[in-house]
Amino acid sequence: MDWQTLLSIALGAILVNNFILVQFLGICPFMGVSKKMDTAVGMGFAVIFVMGLASALCYPVNLLLVKLDMEFMQTVTFILVIAALVQFVEMFLQKTIPSLYEALGVYLPLITTNCAVLGVVLLNVQNDYNFIESVVYGLTGGVGFLLAIVLFASIRERLAFNAETPKCFEGFPIALITAGLMALAFSGFSGLQVF
Amino acid sequence: MTTVLYAVLVLGVLGLVFGGGLAVASKVFEVKKDPRVEEIRATLPGANCGGCGFAGCDACATAIATGKAPVNACPVCSGEQTTHIAAIMGVEVEATERRVAFVKCAGGNRSNKKYEYIGIEDCVGAMKIAGNGPLECAYGCLGFGSCVKACAFGALSINQYGVAEVDREKCTLCRKCMAACPRHLIIEVPYAADVMMRCSSKDKGAVSKKNCAVSCIGCKLCEKNCPSDAIHVVDSVAVIDYTKCTSCGTCVTKCPRKVLVNIHDDGKVAPVVNA
Repeated sequence: MDWQTLLSIALGAILVNNFILVQFLGICPFMGVSKKMDTAVGMGFAVIFVMGLASALCYPVNLLLVKLDMEFMQTVTFILVIAALVQFVEMFLQKTIPSLYEALGVYLPLITTNCAVLGVVLLNVQNDYNFIESVVYGLTGGVGFLLAIVLFASIRERLAFNAETPKCFEGFPIALITAGLMALAFSGFSGLQVF
Repeated sequence: MTTVLYAVLVLGVLGLVFGGGLAVASKVFEVKKDPRVEEIRATLPGANCGGCGFAGCDACATAIATGKAPVNACPVCSGEQTTHIAAIMGVEVEATERRVAFVKCAGGNRSNKKYEYIGIEDCVGAMKIAGNGPLECAYGCLGFGSCVKACAFGALSINQYGVAEVDREKCTLCRKCMAACPRHLIIEVPYAADVMMRCSSKDKGAVSKKNCAVSCIGCKLCEKNCPSDAIHVVDSVAVIDYTKCTSCGTCVTKCPRKVLVNIHDDGKVAPVVNA
């Protein structure tokens, strides 16, 4: 493992294989909480936080499953781990860093059902990443989520205020079209290679 | 068979460990919440009108419970509710006088018009047009109902003269209308007071008289005749001092322009003179 591998994993997670716009994971919060910029930023940071932690925690759990020869249990076990982790993080933050807890607010529990988080741990296993690579992939995957949702929220804010959207496209339809165009734009990164 | 057993065991054990861990964590990281916040929140109206100055009823309840706001911080709460909140906090509340909003204009479409305004039905919008809106009087109610739209309690309406009118029973003094009125015509008055001044025109008498059929011309008849020194002409318009006003009604009978009215008499709306 060297810096080049980590860098290529990071760039891959942020741009080339962006969780939302290329792999289409975590679309639900992407559409749901992108109406306003500040909520989008809050959600983005919460996702980075949880994806990093989940990658770290699921790595030893996966080792255990492999040892017991029960890889088929991965999905259900990871869901359990993520749900428990989010619950614990919520309690921990409320007690120790109330300001961060207030800032993340309702988004923290929402992430429990975010398929991007489950996706990242499953992809870690699929790609045979070691511990550090897993954590880097998780964190940068979150950064990619943040990037996509912040860009999307800023477009949606503009659309809401000063675009002449036809009546029948107002609201959700135009948001879906926007998301599609963004995904198309991100597919331009697909040829990118590091070193 | 053993695989199934192992699967059940692994998931069961993991679930037990996490469940137990979370149970322990919930005790270790328990955050004590003030139970009074919940109680106060339940007493507050829950309209999230923002009249108290906080970001909604939850924030107001927290502020009251932590002592950052007085128990009567909510302007919408009635005496009974305020007393209940005071009981939760264990303090006495001073009896507060009920106050309501009042629109200080009677003119509306009885004021002369500079031009016919056809456009967005909104006072702020109408004010943006050259000449500060269609009325000759620069202090008159435009009657496009910006305050009506701002009121969350349905206490405002436009009367037959095109002037906004406050329903005193519905008004909760959340002050939304005061902020919405671009001409700042809405003031707060004691609910118990009878005499109201229905004009805000700061123009000189002659100008006011020319502009509007129901306008204060600053003649000072009310000021001279008031037995309790409660009404004064400031900037060519009479202003009532409600701390001194005894609602005797002398000024109402003396006012030659009939803009001083007894709100409980026939007309909440000043009658037309010289029409």
